Amino acid sequence: MQSWLPIPESASTLSGEVDALYYYIWGVTVFFTLLISAVVIFFVIRYRRRNPFEIPRPIEGSTKLETLWSVIPLLIVITFFAWGAKLYFAQYRPAQNAIEVYVVGKQWMWKFQHATGQREINELHVPVNRKVKLIMTTEGVIHDVFVPAFRIKADVVPGKYTTEWFEATKPGTYNFFCAEYCGMNHSGMRGYVVVMEPTEYENWLSGNAGQTSPAAAGRNLYESLGCVSCHGANAEGGRGPALLGVYGSKVVLNNNASVTADEGYLRESVLNPQAKLVTGFGPIMPSFQGQISEEQLLQVVAYIKSLSTSKPEQATAKPAPSATPSAGAKPSPTAKTSSSPK
Amino acid sequence: MPEGLAATHEHASHPALRHHLENMEQQREAGTLGMWVFLVTEIMFFGGMFLAYTLFRYEYPAAFVSASNHLDIKLGALTTGVLIVSSFTMAMAVYSTQIGRQKATIICLILTMILGATFLGVKAIEYHDKYNDQLIPGQLIPWRPFNPEVAKPGDTDPHKLHLIEGATTQNVQLFYWIYFAMTGMHALHMIIGLGIMTVILIMAWRGKFSPEYHAPVEISGLYWHFVDIIWIFLFPLLYLLGRHLEHGG
Amino acid sequence: MEEFVIPKQPGSNYLNAEYGLKSWLLTKDHKRIALLYLGAITFFFFIGSLYAMMIRLELLTPQGDLMQSSTYNKTFTQHGIVMVFFFLIPAIPATLGNFLIPMMIGAKDLAFPRINLLSWYIYMAGGIITIYALLAGGVDTGWTFYVPYSTTFSNSYVIATGVGIFINGFSSILTGLNFIVTIHTMRAPGMTWFRMPLFVWSHYATSLIMILGTPVVAITILLVALERLAHIGIFDPAAGGDPVLFQHLFWFYSHPAVYIMVLPAMGVVSELIANFSRKNIFGYKFVAFSSLAIAVLGFLVWGHHLFVASQSVYAGMIFSFLSFTVAIPSAVKVFNWTATLHKASISYDTPMLYGLGFIGLFTIGGLTGMFLATLAVDVHVSDTYFVVAHFHYIMVGGTLLAYLGGLRYWWPKISGRMYPEGWGRFSALVVFVGFNLTFAPQFLLGYMGMPRRYHTYPVELVSWQVLHVLSTAGASILGVGLMIPLIYLVWSMRYGRIAEANPWHLPGLEWQTPSPPPTENFLTTPIVTHEAYEFAPPEHKEVVGKFERQQPAES
Repeated sequence: MQSWLPIPESASTLSGEVDALYYYIWGVTVFFTLLISAVVIFFVIRYRRRNPFEIPRPIEGSTKLETLWSVIPLLIVITFFAWGAKLYFAQYRPAQNAIEVYVVGKQWMWKFQHATGQREINELHVPVNRKVKLIMTTEGVIHDVFVPAFRIKADVVPGKYTTEWFEATKPGTYNFFCAEYCGMNHSGMRGYVVVMEPTEYENWLSGNAGQTSPAAAGRNLYESLGCVSCHGANAEGGRGPALLGVYGSKVVLNNNASVTADEGYLRESVLNPQAKLVTGFGPIMPSFQGQISEEQLLQVVAYIKSLSTSKPEQATAKPAPSATPSAGAKPSPTAKTSSSPK
Repeated sequence: MPEGLAATHEHASHPALRHHLENMEQQREAGTLGMWVFLVTEIMFFGGMFLAYTLFRYEYPAAFVSASNHLDIKLGALTTGVLIVSSFTMAMAVYSTQIGRQKATIICLILTMILGATFLGVKAIEYHDKYNDQLIPGQLIPWRPFNPEVAKPGDTDPHKLHLIEGATTQNVQLFYWIYFAMTGMHALHMIIGLGIMTVILIMAWRGKFSPEYHAPVEISGLYWHFVDIIWIFLFPLLYLLGRHLEHGG
Repeated sequence: MEEFVIPKQPGSNYLNAEYGLKSWLLTKDHKRIALLYLGAITFFFFIGSLYAMMIRLELLTPQGDLMQSSTYNKTFTQHGIVMVFFFLIPAIPATLGNFLIPMMIGAKDLAFPRINLLSWYIYMAGGIITIYALLAGGVDTGWTFYVPYSTTFSNSYVIATGVGIFINGFSSILTGLNFIVTIHTMRAPGMTWFRMPLFVWSHYATSLIMILGTPVVAITILLVALERLAHIGIFDPAAGGDPVLFQHLFWFYSHPAVYIMVLPAMGVVSELIANFSRKNIFGYKFVAFSSLAIAVLGFLVWGHHLFVASQSVYAGMIFSFLSFTVAIPSAVKVFNWTATLHKASISYDTPMLYGLGFIGLFTIGGLTGMFLATLAVDVHVSDTYFVVAHFHYIMVGGTLLAYLGGLRYWWPKISGRMYPEGWGRFSALVVFVGFNLTFAPQFLLGYMGMPRRYHTYPVELVSWQVLHVLSTAGASILGVGLMIPLIYLVWSMRYGRIAEANPWHLPGLEWQTPSPPPTENFLTTPIVTHEAYEFAPPEHKEVVGKFERQQPAES
């Protein structure tokens, strides 16, 4: 339901707190706007020119007052900063134990692929009360996935993977938009996120089953592109490093530096293998730049990830306070599940 | 409130004094400050390119070393020397004007211009080498796109590109893109500098300068030194950094 | 009755000193060059406004029924390019600044009159190339030219527009250079730094940004054009480049450019508030230094445009914090202007109405900037209409209002005629109402999720359409409010009441010379013995007497 209040629906674990911060800043804004307007209007009326010859007594200023009205705004904005930064960390910290969905933006459509293989265009079905992590890239220009009801937004940049996550709290159908100008049909590059009850989501998954999962498709590519000859038939390694368990681990490079093998590293190692060589291996791997589409690349990455059970180490170890399942959002049995209007 | 009061023009004004200025001292100050402010602008202009250089050098160190090693360090050193000497002759030209020695001024200016032209000549030879080795990036020269021959291990042909471990030709192209953008911009400044020197030379020839009026020489000198200094930064960044890694160190 | 301070109106002034087209096109007089700019800027403002009306009309309905997507994309792009590069950036510095800075510091001209004229020709050359690009087919990249869309995917006149903007940039650089040198070397005897009007201080700060920032955007746009020509890949990830590098370079200039647009406006408002309340600015030095603080801090905050652009979380935090620090000097200015009104003698002349309107709208514009500097809220509102509303409150509510107010304030000096006061007050009111109705709904739209640069929006979102209709209605009122001054100012040039040398009875140097001023500004070089805004204190009877000898303008 579209409410007549000028706020979007609030349907994720983070949206409530973003709203609270938003109202706090509005409170400060309205207070200062009214205060300054009132003072200005009062002075303008009280000190209007009554006599064309009057010259008011000059006032030089006051360092005390200047300090006061520098320090008070500073203290107020520090609260904005601290609250905003804390929430931003929660928004952008990679989610643990999330359902992963691969997203590829194209001029002018969105392609989604679930880890279980289901593919969708401009529509994304997700279960309620589960974290969903979008791993996103684009084949051309910059796009951006913006879901107002979840208060999330992240650019989708060519040449790298960006991620965002959400945990929907209410079943329903929500708009999402491309929020980075991308050419002619930019405003047509939008769709719906359909949030479903877990059981209905399972039904939806099984109703669309039978599609190859990205990891399986990646395995096929692993064979057809000839990766087997160096990395081994079961990715156990050979002339090239082993890929079993590499995802999420620390990799020591030939210059003794070490990197965490995340999606971005795997991507770079396929497209530009010489950039970060694993110690003890020669620069023999050819580049696959231009020979593999973004979707295929995501599948190869999904395959390599499936060879590993551990998750990449997190930069911040503390669990997100907002990540606890919200008790208030009990799924209701009458929730709407049908596919999107349109 | 200011009361209208005539400022006195106590001395007869110099023929070179512009009508809207009070005296020669103010005119010299304005001109010099103007040039300094302009040079600040120039630093920011080159700054964007230095930023791109730093970023990509950090991102692709191996490719940058490989590409840098392909540059001719002897020609680079020669041009650096030529420019440093030209800065000296320029400084002498300013000094000669200040003490009123017209002939010395003219000789120093001509020397400066010859050295500047030498720099551009050597630069042209270098550019031609890059043209021969197909190192001009992208489709900048439509009939000779970027397509360098990569040397096999053991091959010492200096016209081929010697890639050290981790370098790709694609990233070498980025280096050459920055190389041509920066040295090209610098060369353009040199050409403009030669134009300015020509004007100053003609003015000196006609005896326009005197110990009282030498600001144009001084201000052009500032510009000339600035262009030299840019090169003093470009030379180590483009030619020297990573030299020790030559031949797959 | 004898004139006390002001010299007699001379026969010759800068307007009638010479006649003919050539005397204007080859002039080296800063006042005439300011008028050349005024004409050109008004022309570009008119073009930009036409695009704005087209955008507003299209958004009346959710469907794309007025024009095609590609046309709409060109419309908002060209609205942005024309308004930012050819109106807002030069608006106040190149017209009012050019006209007034030499007069305010008691100089005969800017330090480099020929460079000043050259900068106008450069501006025109850039403008003509851009107009050519718009007529030949237009450009659809958004005024931000984000790569790789602009370098690889757009099929419009990106290179021609880029060249136009590149050339135009040098006009800004030369203007800034000229101001800095003039303020440093050409102040009249006795005009110390802290006796300068705040208008001059704010232009000094603006000039610093012009000379430091403009070259960076010049080289950035040049790189975009070269990328389009040669496809080398400095911004292309497939070739090892980085599209986000462009955003850093672009915003390194374009965020400070916001302060190029608004600092001169703050200078104008300081003049309006002080002079129309006959009081010195409360905390003069704080206001002067806050301009410099804004200029310096403005260079450190560009990353807040990249909070959702895959920048690292830590970079985001640093840029967020620095962005908040810029708010402080801006807040100081607002508080000081308000305090100046305390125990003042406030007149309700048109320029003052604009000045008071500026305080209110700039407060809203500035405070809504806090939402955008706050990381988590920015994630939701960036690239939405909230951003559009915010910067229009600064650009239109701030810069445009100050420009219109300043133009009214100095109009007697510029033209030698008075504008009609009644029409002036009426149009100020219309502009204020129309402006708020146009842009206030856009804050709500933005938080509801309406992305910017959208040609169509979902039909089922009725509340979005309601807000768009309000906004379009407001834009129509604003349009009318802007047409009225255009008409009455042109009318007043011929039919307006002849202005005295000092119609507002003010102490500023620019008023101590005839209206319009002679070509060399002052009949004799002024010698300054007083602080800025020094209206005579009441206990000095003999000084007060000076004012009593002149008849007030409105009697």
